Amino acid sequence: MVAESFENAPPRAAASAKEPIRREGFSLSHLVESGFYWGTAFFAGLVLLITVLIAFQLWRTSLPAIHAFGWKFLTTSTWDPVADVYGAWPFIYGTLMSSFLALLLAVPIGVGTAVFLAELSPKWMRTPLSFMVELLAAVPSVVYGLWGVLVMVPALRPFQSWLSEHFSSIPLFVGAPMGYSMMAGGLILAIMILPFITAISREVIKAVPPTQREAAFGLGATHWEAIKGPILKSARSGIIGAIILGLARALGETMAITMVIGNGNGANISLLAPANTLSSALANQFAEASGQQVSALMYLALVLFGITIVVNAMARFLIWRMARDLGRAA
Amino acid sequence: MSNQSQKSITLTPSPSLMMRRKLANTLMFGGASLATFIAVVPLLLVLYYITVRGFSALNANFFLHAQKPPDDVTGGMKHAILGTLMIIGIASCLGLPCGVLGGIYLSEFGKNRFGAAVRFAADVLNGIPSIVIGIFIYAVAILPLKNPHFSAWAGGLALGVMMFPTIMRTTEEILKLVPISLREGALALGDTHWHSILKVVLSTARGGVITGILLAIARISGETAPLLFTALGNSGVNLNPNRPTASLPKAIYDFATNPSDYWHLLAWGGSLVLVAMILVLSIAARYFTANRLGESN
Repeated sequence: MVAESFENAPPRAAASAKEPIRREGFSLSHLVESGFYWGTAFFAGLVLLITVLIAFQLWRTSLPAIHAFGWKFLTTSTWDPVADVYGAWPFIYGTLMSSFLALLLAVPIGVGTAVFLAELSPKWMRTPLSFMVELLAAVPSVVYGLWGVLVMVPALRPFQSWLSEHFSSIPLFVGAPMGYSMMAGGLILAIMILPFITAISREVIKAVPPTQREAAFGLGATHWEAIKGPILKSARSGIIGAIILGLARALGETMAITMVIGNGNGANISLLAPANTLSSALANQFAEASGQQVSALMYLALVLFGITIVVNAMARFLIWRMARDLGRAA
Repeated sequence: MSNQSQKSITLTPSPSLMMRRKLANTLMFGGASLATFIAVVPLLLVLYYITVRGFSALNANFFLHAQKPPDDVTGGMKHAILGTLMIIGIASCLGLPCGVLGGIYLSEFGKNRFGAAVRFAADVLNGIPSIVIGIFIYAVAILPLKNPHFSAWAGGLALGVMMFPTIMRTTEEILKLVPISLREGALALGDTHWHSILKVVLSTARGGVITGILLAIARISGETAPLLFTALGNSGVNLNPNRPTASLPKAIYDFATNPSDYWHLLAWGGSLVLVAMILVLSIAARYFTANRLGESN
């Protein structure tokens, strides 16, 4: 077993390692050797075990709800713990809508900032700006939530009452301007994923071979055209990967959005209405749940688990494809 | 785009086209600058509030007293700071050895199907929302107890599960950078395989491994969601890991959602302490390696 594992050994050693070492009788050193191998293998396997166990546990505990509601759980909107009838659509809608709003705001601003940092900013601005971006990526979610509750939501209220006074004919802006709303949730998510999208997009733009840009300048392109061409050609899938990683973050984000989205149990089209996401519903209700509701909440967690796995896999695929394309171009 | 540049190759470039291209150039760069401005304003505001409000909350009471009734201005965050340290300690004791040993397996023995499956599982585990991990730990470590109760053990376990794949993957990446000749040298001198891995490979890569560990600790120390249903919280100082325990992030959450102004102030102070802690860990992580291998994300 030990001998087989000599993967990183040089060719000569590897050749001899193909033949398993067989020792006669008891050997302490051999025992320690295989003990070490199996010890490390155990801990590596533990990750596999935990991941499988999480999926299994979520599935097992949500079984009663799966049996009771089936696929209809995903599309119905009643969430009534008293009558024990549960439908997850308001939360799925809340998760998708808040993440969509966050991307709508953060993507153009983030990519624009990345272009500015990579191409335009004077040298003295780069270090403080990139330091700030890294610092903000380290600020915990709950601190963004605190800022959202005490600074952003009060500031949003006047803006929302202005919207509901002048634009209440548009269904997006109907309702009382309470501050705690889908709009606040989308906004706080946008602020949280902005540093993330900016940092990765900047790396991706910088990774484009300079020869492409130089060739564009040589053909008489303006500065913007020289950036636009290479970005559209080479960095596109990388930037899309960055956006999807940001999306994955937004989808699973819990604390900040739980604090500002207002804990409303309905799929309301209005951005001024309080809402819930899958994760905020879990955070708000899990502690007080009992019976069938626990199982329904576990079903929510299972849906969230599934969505994040798919989105993460998509992001990794896109970034992998970009690395491959760049490798081919070079 | 290609149409335009083909046109401009003709000997008499139309002045209106040049104007349009220059205009596009100005507009797009103006847009990029504007985007930077829009991005910087809220981010600066976040930093401004954390530092200014946070500093105004820090005094002796903040560090020496536990939570008191909302209007008592001698209350502090001692309970949360100690609780956070205890929970992070438990998480590190669990996640650190598991992660480093698993990483050794992946780097030294893991070029097989089992290794690939483990890598995939680690990436999946890294991407699972932290609240799902909290609920999982609640279901497997609290519910089956004879007398189900929240505890720092469970909170540490949840955070340890989050550290595990992160440390494992960074350890693997860093051990892979150790030159093969060092391994060969140790074996040629008659060292046993396990001893050479521990004494030669691991100690060569020590700086990078420590960086990975510190970044993993920094990442989990601000986590709130996994603690909601595991460590729960506590309004007093508690050093018994078998009981519900307060933590800085959870206390910030509780204080922020309470109307008391003084508690809001404490929450800002707690945020500043938490962010400073994470910052110190990240800077220490840099100190251990000149190149930033640990930041694979």
